[in-house]
Amino acid sequence: MENSILKSKRTKEVDINKPKLTAKEFKRQWILVVISAVYVIYGVIFYYLPLFGWIIAFQNFIYAKGIGGSKWVGLDKFKFLFKDKKFLMVIRNTFCMGALNLIFSTVMAIVFAILLNEVKNRFFKKSIQTISYLPHFLSWIIVVAIVHDALTSTGIINDLLMRFGILKQPYQYLGDPKLFWGIVVISNLWKETGWNAIIYLAAITSIDPCLYESASIDGAGRFQKMLYVTLPGLRPTIMILLLMNIGNVLNAGFELQYLLGNGLVQNVSRTIDIYVLDWAMDARNMDYSLGTAAGIFKTVVSMSFIVIANYIAKKRGDERLF
Amino acid sequence: MSDISGINFEKIKHKKKMATEDIVFTILNTTFLVLFAVVTLYPILNTLAYSFNDGNDAVRGGIYLLPRKWSLRSYHEIIFERAGIRVGAKITILRTVLGTLTSLFANALLSYILSRKKFLFKSGLSLFWIITMYASGGLVPTLILFRYLHLTSSFWVYIIPGMVAAFNVMVMRTYMLGIPDSLEEAAQLEGAGYMRVFASIISPLCKPVYATIALFVAVYHWNSWFDAMLYNRFDPQYTTLQYELMKLLDSVSASTGVASGAQMGASAQNTITPITVRAAATIATMAPIVALYPFLQRYFVTGLTIGGVKE
Repeated sequence: MENSILKSKRTKEVDINKPKLTAKEFKRQWILVVISAVYVIYGVIFYYLPLFGWIIAFQNFIYAKGIGGSKWVGLDKFKFLFKDKKFLMVIRNTFCMGALNLIFSTVMAIVFAILLNEVKNRFFKKSIQTISYLPHFLSWIIVVAIVHDALTSTGIINDLLMRFGILKQPYQYLGDPKLFWGIVVISNLWKETGWNAIIYLAAITSIDPCLYESASIDGAGRFQKMLYVTLPGLRPTIMILLLMNIGNVLNAGFELQYLLGNGLVQNVSRTIDIYVLDWAMDARNMDYSLGTAAGIFKTVVSMSFIVIANYIAKKRGDERLF
Repeated sequence: MSDISGINFEKIKHKKKMATEDIVFTILNTTFLVLFAVVTLYPILNTLAYSFNDGNDAVRGGIYLLPRKWSLRSYHEIIFERAGIRVGAKITILRTVLGTLTSLFANALLSYILSRKKFLFKSGLSLFWIITMYASGGLVPTLILFRYLHLTSSFWVYIIPGMVAAFNVMVMRTYMLGIPDSLEEAAQLEGAGYMRVFASIISPLCKPVYATIALFVAVYHWNSWFDAMLYNRFDPQYTTLQYELMKLLDSVSASTGVASGAQMGASAQNTITPITVRAAATIATMAPIVALYPFLQRYFVTGLTIGGVKE
């Protein structure tokens, strides 16, 4: 299904039905034009005006004075950002957690999809799948509550480790900076693996069954078929999803880190979004301009990730977005 | 002769080898998948057990799938004694219903316009909305804009800004493009205008995709907390259920000592919010989704495949 979308994008469509802008046609469609105008006004207000708001990153913006009354400061805010050690730290955290999440969630979803596909019993397969994507619909608040419960001193993890004699006394996992990224990755896997696997499962069903038959005739076992038929069959899907998600690497870090983070781990838990939020919400140090500048940085880097990834894919002759 | 039997022998041996490989694999695979399901479900069931347990008793831990000392105290507390949760539930239900209806209508109408092949400004309007999927102004400019528009400290901030979302529009549009033009043409010959075609021809055929989008939007509204914190944190009358749950979470984690780095056991005695109350709030918050989930899950999944894209 993704392939068909890609192809239609690649071969430039020539629309023979393309209507000519004539008075008669305009009159016939007036209702569509009027409604479209309403949507454009809505879109300009809620999607394009915030983009226009980027200019306050070049001001010392004070809410009461407005954009017209605030003083222009050029690139001062950006200069401040790149001298701020905290900002460099949040860039590192955001990028590393985003990349770890992307890698682990992709691998885990593929493994889960392939293994689930091997199940013959339809009821068992259906049940496991249904259970697997339930957490996707729970809020991050609930997920964090669950992670907290599992990791407290009386939680299941400490309980199991102490029962098997691996730990002598309960350990404070959430207070250990070394463990934070791992906890984020695992929480993310718990919530999203089943959901992410859906698209791979759909892609597996579209693999030509003849390929499996001929592999069997050539003496391939189940394992070999998974490795040499299913996995290569998933390649286009994997590539396109990676491409789509690479632009989201820097976006993949807000709710979980914000809710799970605490004073002990803040050097590794805080992300760009949290940094932005602090400038926007902290009553004492509020600085809308700095928050905007940091947000611009994130958007620009995300955009360039997409463009670069797309360029590499194009060079290698893989699937691509545009 | 011996040549042929030799081959047969080899084949049988090969088949046997494959059969054992098969069995071993099936056992391992089943074990893995069952374990996966257990890891997914256990924390939820554990929270359920806590929510029905006595608050003071729960501090000792050691509660797994069943409560040790039954009590409905926590549910009583969240329903009758905590005004915040009551207000939050009211606002959340209101925004979920109103937000889903308005959003469904707004997205469907735009999708309808964009899927009219003869529409004069089709490509321009499409581009206008596709851009919004990639470029966003970010948190701070949006916050400032909402302050200027007086959307902060208001219920409407939950409904109006997110009403049209390009991703949902694209999914619906793809579905509408699959409806044969001849239906629309026939209706137009009978004298039906564009709006009539939308209401009587296209919309009834779009029920599956409408259901899917409505569910996604409803889940989004039900799970929202960030907008309540960012725009309405000084207005408790507009709080949401998830935001109240978040405050409970904060008070529990602060009291269990992670934030201060203190040892847990000591401070667990004077918890601000008993862990069982938070568990009850968690269960109450996820209950509607879990209860409806078995009936609705097929719509969730079709949503992914309809548009051929993934969020």
